[in-house]
Amino acid sequence: MFKYSLRRLFALVPVLFVISILVFLFVHLLPGDPARLLAGDNATLEEVETVRRALNLDQPLYRQYFDFIGHIANGNLGTSLRTGEPVTTMIARAFMPTTWLALSSLGWSVLFGLGVGVVSATRRGRLGDYIGMFAAVSGISVPPFWLGLLLMSVFSVKLGWFGTSGFDKPSDLILPSITLGAGVAAVMARFTRSAVIGVCLEDYIRTARAKGLKEKIVIWKHALRNALIPVVTMVGLQFGFLLGGSIVIERVFRWPGMGQLLLDAIAFRDYAVVQAEILIFSAEFLLINLTVDVLYGLINPKIRYG
Amino acid sequence: MARQGEIAMDNAYGSGEKAQSPFGEFCTRLGRRRAALCAGFFLLVMYGLAFLAPATLPFGPNDFDYMNVLQTPSLAHWAGTDEFGRDIFARLLNGAKLSLLIGFTSVSIGAIIGILAGLLAGYYGGLLDALTMRIADVLFAFPGILLAIGIIAILGPGLANVIIAVAVFSIPAFARIVRSQTLSIKETTYVEAARAAGASDVVLMFRHILPGALGAVIVYFTMRIGTAILTATSLSFLGLGVEPSVAEWGAMLSTGRDYMMAGEWHLTLFPGLAIFITVLSFNTLGDGLHDALDPKLE
Repeated sequence: MFKYSLRRLFALVPVLFVISILVFLFVHLLPGDPARLLAGDNATLEEVETVRRALNLDQPLYRQYFDFIGHIANGNLGTSLRTGEPVTTMIARAFMPTTWLALSSLGWSVLFGLGVGVVSATRRGRLGDYIGMFAAVSGISVPPFWLGLLLMSVFSVKLGWFGTSGFDKPSDLILPSITLGAGVAAVMARFTRSAVIGVCLEDYIRTARAKGLKEKIVIWKHALRNALIPVVTMVGLQFGFLLGGSIVIERVFRWPGMGQLLLDAIAFRDYAVVQAEILIFSAEFLLINLTVDVLYGLINPKIRYG
Repeated sequence: MARQGEIAMDNAYGSGEKAQSPFGEFCTRLGRRRAALCAGFFLLVMYGLAFLAPATLPFGPNDFDYMNVLQTPSLAHWAGTDEFGRDIFARLLNGAKLSLLIGFTSVSIGAIIGILAGLLAGYYGGLLDALTMRIADVLFAFPGILLAIGIIAILGPGLANVIIAVAVFSIPAFARIVRSQTLSIKETTYVEAARAAGASDVVLMFRHILPGALGAVIVYFTMRIGTAILTATSLSFLGLGVEPSVAEWGAMLSTGRDYMMAGEWHLTLFPGLAIFITVLSFNTLGDGLHDALDPKLE
């Protein structure tokens, strides 16, 4: 198991390398002079030259790349053009609101999706199944930003129960979390349903039924437990999806998180921040994928001993 | 194309004798999926209306009318008017045309590149395969919307760039599907027979292997258009897509947000509903095609 995890960790190295090159090349891919882009539109020639020397933009590309990696290793992600703050400070501030949003969405949507999926699977072809699966395909198809606007217009504008923007108190989490989790709940429900249906065809389920176990125990203990193996992978993938989806939801609810920071940075051409954000997001996805792989190995003996 | 795919898939699964032609059987199976048929019918009607709209509607999508701003739905304006007095129904239909343009073009580009990559990787294997699949893995590690935002950050906003951004994140999925199909079809007897008869690599790939993979590609293509429309409208909503003044669903929602706060519900309700029903229809149609093309289910 340890060897397996280690192997997965090493497999990340080439991917990280490619991503770091892409992020590094990002300012060079943009049309125009990187020094001018990083110094801002209103910078004087001298300021542009200062930036050029400070970031060694007059050096050959490979030297610049090693400098770039060196800065990152020291936790230096540059300075924001717009606010003049270190980018690390800005990201530290935005990190937790997004994490809270993603975790709370993941929590309710996984439990809810699992429940709907199991109920649909056991009532296959009956009314409950149709309702559950129609709700699921709707959840996948609904534009999340529109769902957010609808919830906001009913619960915040009409009823006045919640605020319409920002993250000041825990109750501010409710509407964004429902909005962000809806799609994940839908995917989980569909996926769990087909996993449970697949497992129910297995011999050991027939054995469990034949020896007279209650249907509830057969489904929730024997079937679900084995159906959970692929479902865990799905949860991990969905967590990455939530971090991506939060970018859109944060704009709807004016949430002070990583997504809002990224969009503002793109709008203001604050490229140091954009670069840092892409790097952090990528690292997050890779870590999540690694965790999923390791968890998958833990619960699936076939991989552990394979 | 669907017909060839169906024949080859049946061969691949080694199904038994049939009274009906494979295409006829596919139609019968699809006919039983009423939800998918409804979805397909709705899409036909909507896109039909969208292309007829300029000739039949009394209002254009960009006709200003300052005497009738922010009107709620009425007989004259079926979905009301916006802050410039533009007819929202006409704008919705224009948005439908754009959604088809963006969805279809971007997924087609992604599918063509993905199919080629998957076919070559699966057929030749080795280093090419490993390299292609590693790239697909890296692209897959990112959620589509973030990849699209990153591409827009480099290319800048605009219709053409949205199409490119959405196309790029469709590539890896098509590559994977076609690769896995190629790997299994490559081993079938009919491909072996064709090779023994002296068919070249190109003929083997495009005439014998590709048609067998098309069934899975068509299903995924349909579903992907739904996702593409969702992503493209999200980008426009974020101000990274088309110009805010263009009659596009996401852009309409973005400007409607401020009026919604003031209680003008119709500016956000209808564009969102249009996206929702369109994407739902593409997904339902894809589900139906999937079930109809997969003989193992029945």
